[in-house]
Amino acid sequence: MTKLKTYKEIPIGGLIEKAGSSVEFKTGDWKAFKPVWDKEKCIHCMICPVLCPEDCIPVIKGKDPKRKETDFDYCKGCGICAKVCPVKCIKMIEEGSEGDSSD
Amino acid sequence: MIPVTKSKTHALTGAQAVAHAMKQINPDVVSVFPITPQTEIMMQFSQFHADGLVETEIVRVESEHSSMSCCVGASAAGARAMTATSSAGLALMWEILGVASGLRLPIVMPIVNRALSAPINIHGDHSDAMGARDQGWLQIFSENAQEAYENTLLAVRLAEHKDVLLPVMVCQDGFITSHCVQNLNLFEDNVVKKFVGDYNPKKALLNTDDPVTYGPLQLQDYYFETQKQRADAILNSKKIYLELGKELSKVTGNNYPLFEEYKLKDADAVIVVMSSTAGNTKVVVDKLRKEGKKVGLLKPRLFRPFPYAEFGKALVGKKYVAVLDRAENYGANAPLFGEVKNALFDSVVCDENKNVPKLKSYIFGLGGRNIFESEIEDLFNLLLTGKFDETKVGYIGLRGEQK
Amino acid sequence: MKEIFEIRIHGRGGQGAKTAAQFIVEAALSKGKHIQSFPEYGPERAGAPMKAFARISDVEIRTYAPVVNPDVVIVIDHTLLDSVDVTEGLNDDGVLLVNSPLSSEEIRKKTKFNGKCMTVDATRIAIDAVGRNLPNTPMIGALIKATNCISMDDIEESINHKFLKKIGEEKTKATINAVKKAYEEVK
Repeated sequence: MTKLKTYKEIPIGGLIEKAGSSVEFKTGDWKAFKPVWDKEKCIHCMICPVLCPEDCIPVIKGKDPKRKETDFDYCKGCGICAKVCPVKCIKMIEEGSEGDSSD
Repeated sequence: MIPVTKSKTHALTGAQAVAHAMKQINPDVVSVFPITPQTEIMMQFSQFHADGLVETEIVRVESEHSSMSCCVGASAAGARAMTATSSAGLALMWEILGVASGLRLPIVMPIVNRALSAPINIHGDHSDAMGARDQGWLQIFSENAQEAYENTLLAVRLAEHKDVLLPVMVCQDGFITSHCVQNLNLFEDNVVKKFVGDYNPKKALLNTDDPVTYGPLQLQDYYFETQKQRADAILNSKKIYLELGKELSKVTGNNYPLFEEYKLKDADAVIVVMSSTAGNTKVVVDKLRKEGKKVGLLKPRLFRPFPYAEFGKALVGKKYVAVLDRAENYGANAPLFGEVKNALFDSVVCDENKNVPKLKSYIFGLGGRNIFESEIEDLFNLLLTGKFDETKVGYIGLRGEQK
Repeated sequence: MKEIFEIRIHGRGGQGAKTAAQFIVEAALSKGKHIQSFPEYGPERAGAPMKAFARISDVEIRTYAPVVNPDVVIVIDHTLLDSVDVTEGLNDDGVLLVNSPLSSEEIRKKTKFNGKCMTVDATRIAIDAVGRNLPNTPMIGALIKATNCISMDDIEESINHKFLKKIGEEKTKATINAVKKAYEEVK
């Protein structure tokens, strides 16, 4: 649990004084469903990293870019990646269900 | 008063006086939308702009809601931003007024007070400013063109002060002073510019070296804390107002008290009234003093934050006090009267002798109805008799009503 | 003697009563006086009866109330005499100035005013001089003759200041000549 600050400790007017501070805000525990990515089946078409609203599918840049495992610290489980995958290599499963091997 | 610095007297209206202040302030951004009787300010300011006398970016917006939004954006971006409005224009801004003060943006907005609809009316009363009195803005009321001019200069420094950082309204009476040609001492550009200074915002959206976010979401976790900061800031601004007022005095030779006390000290009967009507009242006070009657005036200048303790101190021990509001407050005490009553309650609680004046609320001048010196004189004479019903609201100049 | 010299001008919307009041006080300002001028803003309809006020004083002017007891009443449009009580609050030691081809005796009879009353045909003077029915400035000439509350030189200066750029030298000069003509003709 983070300790909330008092009114004397926060910037005035709700100002966020530091850029990129949303990194500190881990939204990964919001999800009810999580994507399971089949690495073997993936053709690395780069559709899912571009369309991910949380920008949480990391990519190894280069001439022949490759996606990596979803960053579950930020993934909200929206399912867009599964929906847009042309080879259906991403499946959405219930968090903590049988097929969930992440824990 | 002898001005400390050189000034030149001109024959100008109250609205033109404010436009001259804006010329000397030379804001970075001014958003413009016309509404009677404010329009004269922006007409004059636009003339200065067209003549190349200001470097301001004028933004012609499509409503007052947009006008205030423009100021919010410009101010957050790091610009010194101003606009002006009246009546329905101020009412339409209402939503964004709270955004401006909530984001702690030092916007200065001259208000030419005008009645609110309905029925539609273009003339001077305080309904508009009173409707916006609790939006976290400072409010300064001006008796005449000279005060409107000087208060506008003071407002810029006050708003931008690091311990304030809140928007400020500078009010004057619609038509009565805004369109009245009167003597106005304009101080030299260089002394005014030196007093006003440059605006150096600590955090600006357009400063890419130090990126910030204005206006994020705050829910149950932080919203409350942020409101407490705003509440504290506006209370603290009273002190800064007085400090900066002393500094401006060195330029103008005039004083900037929380309220003006006119022959108040030994007065038995006191009228409390803001803006131009304080002028009419001074004439009557002088006349009655010559007749040996102990009458006086208390004219509020800083209405938000309201200086309760100082008011209480000034009025406790007086025999009779009439508070004159140029606005109705439907279903509640009239705005100024309510504050004076609060102030007296506080001071009476602290005052062992409990010398609480007999206090009565009066409404006058709605929709720009004239108030004549004879009416004020009658009121003073009535107060001095002590024979009035303080439990009922009195009306001045209203047909069918007894004082 | 009142501390503040007060003038009330009766006209119709669009006849320049407000401008006349402003010229008068601007002229007084150049003599270092305290001044004030304002119209009674009503619905602002062209042709509707309206009033404008001017105050001149050696002491600070604080009141913003309309002029109730004028020292001078100027009537720019004599047809108002039938519909407006122009002498309201005007004491017998005051002055009534009317733009009218009628004589002051006739006006006095009509208004039942017992004080100093003078008339001048300012409409004719204006039409002769500038070709338009603008009797407001000639009436200032009548005011100077009747009261001396401001000087002709100062009025010339404020008219020049206001009009020279706007309407050019010729028309400005004609306007000033109309003021002077009214000064001579008023009686």
